[in-house]
Amino acid sequence: MRTLSYTALALLVLALLVIPFVPQLIYIVFVMKTLCFVLFACSFNLLLGHTGILSFGHAAFFGTGAYVTGQLVKAYGVPTDLGILAGGLVAAVLGAIVGSLAIRRSGIYLAMITLALSQLVYFFFLQAPFTGAEDGLQRIPRGTFLGVIDLRSDTALYYVVLGIVAAGLWLVWRTVHSPFGNVLRAIREHEPRAISLGYPVARYKVLVFTISAGLAGIAGSLKAIVFQLAALYDVHWHTSGDVILMTLLGGMNTVFGPAVGAALVSALNHYMDPFGAWVTVITGLVFMTCVLTFRQGVVGQLGQWLRTRRTPAPSAKVQHRSHAQQQH
Amino acid sequence: MDIFGIPIQALLGQLMLGIVNGSFYAVLSLGLAIIFGVLKIVNFAHGAFFMLGAFTAFLLAQYMGLDYWVTLLVAPLLVAAFGMVFEFLFLRRLYGLDPIYGLLLTFSLVLVLEGGFRVAFGSSGQPFATPEQLRGTINLGFMILPLYRGFVIASALLVCLATWFVIERTSLGASLRAATERSELTQAFGINVPRLITLTYGVGVGLAAFAGVLAAPIFHVNPSMGSSLVIIIFAVVVIGGLGSIMGAIVTGLGLGVVEGFTRVFYSEFSSTIVFLVMVLVLLLRPAGLFGREEG
Amino acid sequence: MPAKHSFKTLALSSALLGLGGFTSAMASEGYSDGVVRIGVLTDMSGIYTDLSGEAAVEAVRMAVEDFGGEVDGVPIEVLHGDHRNRADTGASRAREWYNNDGVDMINDLSNSGVALAVAAVADELQRHAIVNSSSNIGLTNDYCSPFVTHYTYDAYSLAQGTGQSIVEDGGDTWFFLTVDFAFGIGLEEQVSQVVRNAGGQVVGAARHPLDTTDFSSYALQAQASGAEIIGIASTGADAINAINALAEFGVTPDQRPAALLLWYDDIVSLGLETAQGLMLTNAFYWDANDQTREFSQRFYERTGRMPNMAHAGNYSSTMHYLRAVEAAGTDDATAVSEKMRELEINDFFASGGYIRPNGRMVHDQYLWEVKSPEESEYDYDFLRLLATIPGEDAFQPLEESTCHLLNGN
Repeated sequence: MRTLSYTALALLVLALLVIPFVPQLIYIVFVMKTLCFVLFACSFNLLLGHTGILSFGHAAFFGTGAYVTGQLVKAYGVPTDLGILAGGLVAAVLGAIVGSLAIRRSGIYLAMITLALSQLVYFFFLQAPFTGAEDGLQRIPRGTFLGVIDLRSDTALYYVVLGIVAAGLWLVWRTVHSPFGNVLRAIREHEPRAISLGYPVARYKVLVFTISAGLAGIAGSLKAIVFQLAALYDVHWHTSGDVILMTLLGGMNTVFGPAVGAALVSALNHYMDPFGAWVTVITGLVFMTCVLTFRQGVVGQLGQWLRTRRTPAPSAKVQHRSHAQQQH
Repeated sequence: MDIFGIPIQALLGQLMLGIVNGSFYAVLSLGLAIIFGVLKIVNFAHGAFFMLGAFTAFLLAQYMGLDYWVTLLVAPLLVAAFGMVFEFLFLRRLYGLDPIYGLLLTFSLVLVLEGGFRVAFGSSGQPFATPEQLRGTINLGFMILPLYRGFVIASALLVCLATWFVIERTSLGASLRAATERSELTQAFGINVPRLITLTYGVGVGLAAFAGVLAAPIFHVNPSMGSSLVIIIFAVVVIGGLGSIMGAIVTGLGLGVVEGFTRVFYSEFSSTIVFLVMVLVLLLRPAGLFGREEG
Repeated sequence: MPAKHSFKTLALSSALLGLGGFTSAMASEGYSDGVVRIGVLTDMSGIYTDLSGEAAVEAVRMAVEDFGGEVDGVPIEVLHGDHRNRADTGASRAREWYNNDGVDMINDLSNSGVALAVAAVADELQRHAIVNSSSNIGLTNDYCSPFVTHYTYDAYSLAQGTGQSIVEDGGDTWFFLTVDFAFGIGLEEQVSQVVRNAGGQVVGAARHPLDTTDFSSYALQAQASGAEIIGIASTGADAINAINALAEFGVTPDQRPAALLLWYDDIVSLGLETAQGLMLTNAFYWDANDQTREFSQRFYERTGRMPNMAHAGNYSSTMHYLRAVEAAGTDDATAVSEKMRELEINDFFASGGYIRPNGRMVHDQYLWEVKSPEESEYDYDFLRLLATIPGEDAFQPLEESTCHLLNGN
């Protein structure tokens, strides 16, 4: 099991590294866009899958990252690397604020507070003079990375994006597999117990909100640099919905399931043009089938399938978790 | 007499229009509240059913030559029947799971319905005439109100109160409320709970469709007419307090008025105000304006 | 990792399709990869599908067929893509087309965010983009490029057409119902300028959010303003809802609504009963003369609908591009750009039309009035011509353009 996933990971990394050399096979800008959504979805799942918090306003962080980076780089000539960092930081601060308000409630109420606050953020960006409203913040220069790598080349930019996204995913993985992550899981499974054990649950929740928002902001910043634009759609609630969808499709009880979900949704968007006006209907039917047939998401279902095939030695911990999920 | 530089007469007019607008919110949020109360599912397709109601009325009038008054009755019934089939075939499988799956399924339905209607009828919409008997205006003294808008208020309030009455004051409503709280026990009393749930979904969806038919002569009938409504309606329900029938109705009307005044004083903010209200309400009154906090 | 596999097969199959295109072409001198490729990037599935959508693709295909399917013996290929009204999706598709798929020109480009983003890509990669269904005047100002052509209409021509004519007609106090988007505010400013220059007065404006359904409150505000003309600076569902509400609350006869961007399709969905008497500026109407009728008849047979100005623009601009390619004897973007700006456009869409250095195609615009149901004698008989606005008056004077390609800027 473990060797299998390591092999898969190694193959994936290898594939990602050689992508720029096979432009006929898969378009590199599309891969970069997908990578941004991969980071976005995985950061979002820190809340949904690992803490049990549904945020219905994550586009606010993604879009804030995009706009902050875009404006800093375009209007103030800030170096791209610092711009991305600033995008992440501002998004993280916003995440801390939204988080500390939202976590006063739970469940559907929490989701609604995040939705409402993200609508306020949307309104801000719609009104702010520098965003260009529906025209978007256009022609953001790509600049250079660390002052040496010229990002105007798609290939160079690709490796930078790949590196940053990989670092972000590593951070997600570290968070989940740390003592902090264990507490988050305890909160998800049984919050009163976590409180009675003496954990400062509220502070933990705000912290994970901040990390998640910061990473989502970085994802948005990267997208702004890749496409050289930040647009209203990035802060729109549809984007908040998209990320929920990606996460569920991939599997919210896994660390990297959302990544697969993000890739799936991006691919659906990218390769369905031949269907013309029917794309919306087909997308709807695909989602419907997913939610009715493999509810644990692609990765979750695959994991279960692998486990049942190797019945003798199932991982007890994982089984317990999927069991708990069914009880929800 | 002026308030903030606006004649009081004009403000009365805006109040009236706010109530008209609120009538739509009331009917829609009532349906959503009932569905959430019983099925524990966020019916994301509520706006799509609103659109479906308007379109069904349009099709009935266009191809079967039905009178507006007939479509006002038939279209919601047809849409409700469709909703019940959807519940019976698909939604049912998701009960007891995290509500997010219900949200995802109904969201997929939105894509299918809106996309399908766009393929079939185009994106730019259809003309829909105001019924003969309701053309013209009435002079209310402080404003000239189109007759049809007056009809909207009256019929919306009537339907809302009738629904409230059925749920709160009849035996059918009693078993419904019982099924919501103690499903197994209710079943033990010989009541068919799954059928009751299907019926509830049908009623909720039918209400959305009814609002759609009401809206058809004054709002533009097109496939995306309901898509931006969903989150507003859901906000209304949450502000009113999840599970509170009266809360949904009163909040719907109230927010219509608040939105109306926002259009006068800070028009750009008028589609966002409801969310500001929601944040404030949820932070100050966790269970909404009319909801009971569970101990 | 099943996703990765399915993804790769998809990519592989599309790559193979692409290769099919490559091998079938015989490399002809002066033509990159031996094929002239035109991509139609439009809204295929969203709220603007009726304005361009699949019919826009069909219009471009018609142009290619009428041209003979090849230039100089080099085959012409038409691709289509859906930008879903998202600037990033549009920009990404445009990049892929230009970089990977050998697309030489992208047409249509509805949605101003998408149009600006694709124009930026076209400028960077030095390939052609022709904008037909967006009104953003930035395309021929700050964001102009030798490779970008703004063809059918823009916010300036709308303002000149409707605004100027109405003021001259005596409607000199205005109130605006404006969608709170860059497009609406820009249009409001343009028209306000025209109104003031002509000695008129703007008494107020209400800015409503996008996708407002209930316009009754605004109808009341418009009434209270006492303005003669209610200028509606929005389009699609917003404009239709506004017009409906104004009709319902009876702003006539002392007050008249003026729709600043009304499409042929909007009139269809309003119905003549409500729309009658509205004035609108459109660059094309199917029933204008024998030439337009001939084209529209053929278009109708293929698509089941009458063309609007964007469809006609798609056809005409594709023809013009192909003629320029033929004249240049190459699909090299710079050479074609020069030819496009050199050749005159004379067809059913424009007579004596020409493209300015900033990419603006200059041609006559028309002010129409919607007929009443009684006046409409046959199917799709909707409009009556009120005035022709000569191209030189309809479009922004070159000296006002901030385009960096013009001397002195």
